[in-house]
Amino acid sequence: MAKKDSFVNMVVTLFVITAIPAVLLGFVYKFTKEPIEQAKKLKLSNSINLVVPGASTAEIKEFNVMPETGKDSLTFFEVVSNNEIIGTAVQTYSDNAFGGRIVVMVGFKPDGTIIDNDVLEHSETPGLGDKASKSKSDWNSQFNDKNPKEFNIKLKKDGGEVDAITAATISSLAYVDALQRAYEAFIKYYNSSDIEESKVIEEIDEQTELETNETEKGGVE
Amino acid sequence: MNQWKNFTKGLIKENPILVLVLGTCPTLATTSSAINGVSMGLATTFVLVGSNVVISLVGNLIPSKVRIPAYVVIIASFVTIIDLAMQAYTPAIYETLGIFIPLIVVNCIVLGRAEAFASKNTVVSSLFDGLGMGLGFALALGFLGTIREILGTGKIFGLELMNQGALVFVLAPGAFFALGYLIALVNKLKK
Repeated sequence: MAKKDSFVNMVVTLFVITAIPAVLLGFVYKFTKEPIEQAKKLKLSNSINLVVPGASTAEIKEFNVMPETGKDSLTFFEVVSNNEIIGTAVQTYSDNAFGGRIVVMVGFKPDGTIIDNDVLEHSETPGLGDKASKSKSDWNSQFNDKNPKEFNIKLKKDGGEVDAITAATISSLAYVDALQRAYEAFIKYYNSSDIEESKVIEEIDEQTELETNETEKGGVE
Repeated sequence: MNQWKNFTKGLIKENPILVLVLGTCPTLATTSSAINGVSMGLATTFVLVGSNVVISLVGNLIPSKVRIPAYVVIIASFVTIIDLAMQAYTPAIYETLGIFIPLIVVNCIVLGRAEAFASKNTVVSSLFDGLGMGLGFALALGFLGTIREILGTGKIFGLELMNQGALVFVLAPGAFFALGYLIALVNKLKK
């Protein structure tokens, strides 16, 4: 039969019954910590390698860049081989997806051309919005080898050139939003770091020539 | 003989999903494909066997007023173990099941078997009960997942059977349709 319901009995039982699992779980955690980290790393490096081919043998520089829109920073993975940037994988996101946040990895060539892209995390409807993922359909390959400078990343109904996923306009919009955010941050980051020295000249230009300033502004922002 | 009965009753006669209709939340949510359903079922089986064995062992030492929190702690420990293990060794499945793995803690089948069976029976009986119930759950989930995947996407375990499926079966309403018809079928067959 069960023990008597005395106060001491209850306290001791609950203490013992929480203390033992706590110790056990500590061991399990220690044991699985390494494999979990490795699994995460592998997934990340696989996706970087997918969007920037050759990344697995190259050096990867990781840093965060804050986009102009959105709450969180984007993670840039700059792939450097023989002291030359062969591409940048950008981990971007959109909060406007059907199931909340969608996380997308996209690779850019140094000139801004999209190499490849895929979904990292999503909670879209199976059979509809999840077609944005490479494992479900080849929908997202329409962005490959396109430069957003000429290829307007917007849905066709919004005047862009992107075919939406049938019956999943919200998911498509979110995906496009994520790519757009990545591209803007990418262009802004690389332009501003390239122009660092020429900034002084620009400022002088600003006062004298208003016209060129306007065209430059369009390109930078 | 008796143990065999403890084991098989969970498979058909007292199947947690098709007869007892316990734990329908993860059932409806995770059976969008066969592999998801089976993985969820097996994860639950592990927890069920573990908690049943431990609870039947220590059940007599726990004062009855605090037995529910004590059971929940034991169940939660096993869930955390399977949660960490899946993160480490089957990250792809862990990702699709997501929140439903931690939610096994509050799965009615697990606590139900602890309260109704394990606390009153021997270790061996509880082991077989947990195994039977868990596999019955996995069986029902796998079956449901298979039906929904075939009807919804025309595929099964990645193999293409039909060109096009009726999408509704992958979505939430399809889960209710499939589960409802499955329960009706089992009831009909049992009579």
